[in-house]
Amino acid sequence: MNVPAAWYLILAAVLFGIGAFGLLTRRSALIMFMCIELMLNAVNLTFVTFARTLSDISGQAIVFFVMVVAAAEVTVGLGIVVSVFRRRSSTSVDELSELKG
Amino acid sequence: MIAATYALQWELVFVTSALLIIVGAIGVIAVKNPVHAALCLIMTLIGVAVAFVAQSADFLAAVQIIVYAGAIVVLFLFVIMFLGVDRREHIHFEPLVGQRAFAALGVAITVGGLIALMARAHWVSGAASVTTKLASGNGNVRALGTAVFTTYLFAFEATAALLIIAVVGAVLLARRERPLVDEPVEEVA
Repeated sequence: MNVPAAWYLILAAVLFGIGAFGLLTRRSALIMFMCIELMLNAVNLTFVTFARTLSDISGQAIVFFVMVVAAAEVTVGLGIVVSVFRRRSSTSVDELSELKG
Repeated sequence: MIAATYALQWELVFVTSALLIIVGAIGVIAVKNPVHAALCLIMTLIGVAVAFVAQSADFLAAVQIIVYAGAIVVLFLFVIMFLGVDRREHIHFEPLVGQRAFAALGVAITVGGLIALMARAHWVSGAASVTTKLASGNGNVRALGTAVFTTYLFAFEATAALLIIAVVGAVLLARRERPLVDEPVEEVA
């Protein structure tokens, strides 16, 4: 018998928390993207766990689409990072403050 | 299917995947060098793939390894090397006073609230097996394919358009700006 679903759900919650903490505290845009990947993976793990608990394939199908969207997001996001780096030779998000009033 | 073939100790599988996930995730937010952070991210992704296999999502585990650990992390590493930002970042310097404490407080409230909800009520509610029933102990590759190409066909086609738009957008964003005036072309005799 597999372990209870709650174990995986708590693991996913902790992973989401670690990703959120890194997103809020690190300042390198690349590390922030990696933290977003951590949070997306936590949500994927939750979806798969619910799919097992409810015995429904929809959870796994949604994880498939989340992976596609994550790939697109990383592609565009890293394009933006490269574009920003060309102009100011830094990936720190603290230096992007032109819109500050 | 992989998990059902062998008589696995499920607790052992869970502890293995949990260790990979947590150690890798802490590594991503704690190490200074972005290259090491990307390698720690691979560790977390493999841990999630182990958890997928343990919950009979074999296809998603394969996609996780191929797309995430293969393509996305390589893209990260490529950009890190391309920009030459693989030097250490001063992570102990804190420009906003109390930023780390507030972040820790917010995260603790979020995760604690989730676990408290879990303790008070049942997390899973709703009707079971609405679309397609999961085969127990099976890899569910066939069921997933059937669901993606029938129930979710429109979403699947939309992802094709999304990926094309993302690729074109990335090319446009990362392209080097060309000067608008043409260089005078020298005549070759």
